[in-house]
Amino acid sequence: MSNILLKTEHITMQFGGVVAVDDLNIEIPEGKITALIGPNGAGKTTAFNVITGGYQATNGRVTFDGHVIGENYPRSKMKKIYNGTYKTLNERQVINTPDKITRLGMARTFQNIRLFKDLSVFENVLIARHCHIKAGMLRSTFKLNAAEELMMNQEADKLLHTVDLHMHRDEKASSLPYGKQRKLEIARALATGPKLLLLDEPAAGMNPKETEELALFIQEIKDSFSLTIFLIEHHMNLVMDISDKIYVLDYGKTIAQGTATEVQNDPAVIRAYLGVEEA
Amino acid sequence: MTTILQHCLTGISLGGAYALIAIGYTLVYGILRLINFAHGDIFMMAGYFMIFALASFPWPVAIIITLVVTTVMGIGIEKFAYKPLRNAPRMSIMISAIGVSYLLQNLSTYVFTAIPRGYPELPYLKRIFRIGELSASFVTLLTPILTIVLVVILMILVNKTKTGMAMRAVSKDFETAKLMGINIDRIVSVTFAIGSLLAGIGSILYFTDRMSVTPFSGTLPGLKCFVAAVFGGIGNIPGAVVGGFFIGIVETLLIALGYSTFSDAFTFLLLIIMLLVKPTGLFGEKNVEKV
Amino acid sequence: MKIKRNTLLTTITFALLVVFLYWLSANRLQHGMLVSVLQKGVIFALVAVSMNLLNGFTGLFSLGQAGFMSIGAYTTAILIIPVKSLDGVYYMNGVHPGIRALKMMVAESPAFVQSVFPFIALLLGGLLAAGIAAIVGVAVLRLKSDYLAIATLGLSEIVRAIFSSPQFDRVTNGSYGLNKIPNFPEMAWGLIPSLLTPFIVVTLCIVFILLLINSSYGRAFKAIREDEIAAEAMGINLFKHKSMSFVVSSFFSAIAGGLLAMYMRSIEAKTFSITLTYDILLIVVIGGIGSVTGSILSAFLVTAAKEWWLRFFDQPLFIGDWQVPLFRTGFRMVIFSILLMVVVLVYRKGLMGSTEFSWDRLLGRFRRTRKSNGGAA
Repeated sequence: MSNILLKTEHITMQFGGVVAVDDLNIEIPEGKITALIGPNGAGKTTAFNVITGGYQATNGRVTFDGHVIGENYPRSKMKKIYNGTYKTLNERQVINTPDKITRLGMARTFQNIRLFKDLSVFENVLIARHCHIKAGMLRSTFKLNAAEELMMNQEADKLLHTVDLHMHRDEKASSLPYGKQRKLEIARALATGPKLLLLDEPAAGMNPKETEELALFIQEIKDSFSLTIFLIEHHMNLVMDISDKIYVLDYGKTIAQGTATEVQNDPAVIRAYLGVEEA
Repeated sequence: MTTILQHCLTGISLGGAYALIAIGYTLVYGILRLINFAHGDIFMMAGYFMIFALASFPWPVAIIITLVVTTVMGIGIEKFAYKPLRNAPRMSIMISAIGVSYLLQNLSTYVFTAIPRGYPELPYLKRIFRIGELSASFVTLLTPILTIVLVVILMILVNKTKTGMAMRAVSKDFETAKLMGINIDRIVSVTFAIGSLLAGIGSILYFTDRMSVTPFSGTLPGLKCFVAAVFGGIGNIPGAVVGGFFIGIVETLLIALGYSTFSDAFTFLLLIIMLLVKPTGLFGEKNVEKV
Repeated sequence: MKIKRNTLLTTITFALLVVFLYWLSANRLQHGMLVSVLQKGVIFALVAVSMNLLNGFTGLFSLGQAGFMSIGAYTTAILIIPVKSLDGVYYMNGVHPGIRALKMMVAESPAFVQSVFPFIALLLGGLLAAGIAAIVGVAVLRLKSDYLAIATLGLSEIVRAIFSSPQFDRVTNGSYGLNKIPNFPEMAWGLIPSLLTPFIVVTLCIVFILLLINSSYGRAFKAIREDEIAAEAMGINLFKHKSMSFVVSSFFSAIAGGLLAMYMRSIEAKTFSITLTYDILLIVVIGGIGSVTGSILSAFLVTAAKEWWLRFFDQPLFIGDWQVPLFRTGFRMVIFSILLMVVVLVYRKGLMGSTEFSWDRLLGRFRRTRKSNGGAA
């Protein structure tokens, strides 16, 4: 039995009157690859944003590595218009900004690549190591932390070698071809030294061959960096190939969970993706 | 008591002028997400236009000329300084607006010199009326009424006409409006035209009470009117009007109480408090950014 | 080899500049205008670089520079106006007794303290501005870019209102302003003449800013500028770093303000109006947002041009008997405004874009010209 690295309990996200995510309860086992799939607009990226601290959940709790990193319950205005299935866990609030959560060991990539466009490939990765810096501003400015600085540079270089992007080291990030930009974004997330890596549609815009390479890539980095992976994806081949566990979302609700085979044969899933046959 | 009411009256008159100018800011921001730093200076130029128009033409003609020239100038500024930067990062277009403001101020200093020029008296406007114990000039009474009338007309335009609907569409979603076939350039020009026209009217009402124009007469009122627009909810027309009146009245009362140096600072303090407490303003709507 | 050559070139250039400044100091009477242009230029170079740190490198569009400069200017001025001049300066309402007491204490302290005191005054001005920036930043830094611009502009005006208000006139002399401010002090017991002082102070400040930009924190600033959401996701605390940039920028703007007070020898709240911030923005835009060397070059160019053009465009010009139209007072500012619009609309990158000056590129250009002239046989 694997240790559960990330757990969400009754996570509900409501914007105004619309419930984007309703009563999400997932468990992400350590060292495995878990996937979140569902039709467009099902609430997958919203769930990611809640887990990483970008949004504060309307209701529910997120626990990472044994610590509660986010918790909320419907208050003031939301109390009256709350439409979620599950009512209030308990009346407690825990708020963490995304940077804090990243420093705790969770990193992510974005659906629409968000690289630091005008900076070099190397700088993109190097900046991701800044969150672990020990020196303060003055020490860093006066170069009194030379050893630490050297180490950061070496780690960034090593990472670029590992993901095979080192030949583009000093090029501008925006000048890379699309597939390599996606890889760079993953490398950048890796540079923060995470235990859990969240990938938001890493195969978007890729052809089947590239998708296959990506699948191998994900498995390689999972092993070399001892990661747990949580991914959102539309490419069914990628998901079914590498995932150990799959959750299916539709209109914000979890309609199925299980292994690839179990999910593929679930009638609710088939209905959500293919629609109901006319009688 | 009467003094307070008297000051309130003056405040309402000032507020009306502010309201008209604030509408210009709120309209442009709603459509282009741009703080038109030059708007206050368009208002100032309108003041100068009137001075010269009245020197050569009878007053009805002069008013029309001033308003037309101001409107054309507003449209021209947009085409020349903002349109080329529509796809540039936000900072660039704001710097351009600041640049236009800078240019207008320096141009005015060069052409008209920095010495205050007397604003001519329009007949009837300065005639004093008495209501009970209060006395006010005609322009003081006219301003709020005219403002309300103009705002009502504008709201009808925005809510009931096709152009108005297009304006609302563009302010909600620029890209999609373009895809739906709306002629963005035309809508933007119309927006600037309306804003400049109202600023022109506002300038007539404002300067009639003020007596003189300098090249820097537009800076502070401009900023204050932007605050008024934020206060009422940026992008919201009735909100801008409420904001304009609010700031006009408070400012007048502060000066009457002897805190004139702080009357300007008060407006900015209000801005900062608004931005902290309720950035969407009194009547504004929240915008959630999707990751 | 290349790095050594560049360092050598930079060192030689600096050495030449220092020699030139010493010579100028000895001959300053004949070259009054050159001295004043260079000194004013270097002060603006500092404030332009600080503005660039905030706007160009961290992406925070702040228009509050004039406000922080005024904090530095007033603090420095109040502290260094000599005791004997106090009554002449604060002639309307008299000076605050605390200030007089402080000055008497300084006047009685050993010579060493007195010679360093102006620098302490500069430092105090900077620290005060930094403190205010830290506090104000809590409120203002979470605003979106356009709102941040207006909010900082507003803050600048609020500061100005406070400095010119009658309520504080025993300290700031209200709307009368401060005068009889001593000029730059000399350094190192006369080894460094007073003319060079602003250059040395500014150089030290700019070196600090350059080091900061090239440090890990500077890279974090750039990340925030590029994509705030991604930066946060990579573990960078947005508020802490934005505040850092804001505080550092304000600190150096205030020091520039203090130097300006020493340069102008008399200041008033009107000196630090919004127009001043616009002037600095103009310098930064022309030099290139995101380039420190660009800001420095632009500061000198713009200051020199304004002074020179003051004599050229603003006076009537005659060609023979014919008076060229347009040339009169105010024309140079119109030219400037047009110049700014041209840069904003056409040459958007400014002089240096977002890159720094490099010997490689400069020499590379010469080599290419030589090759194309004498090259293909």
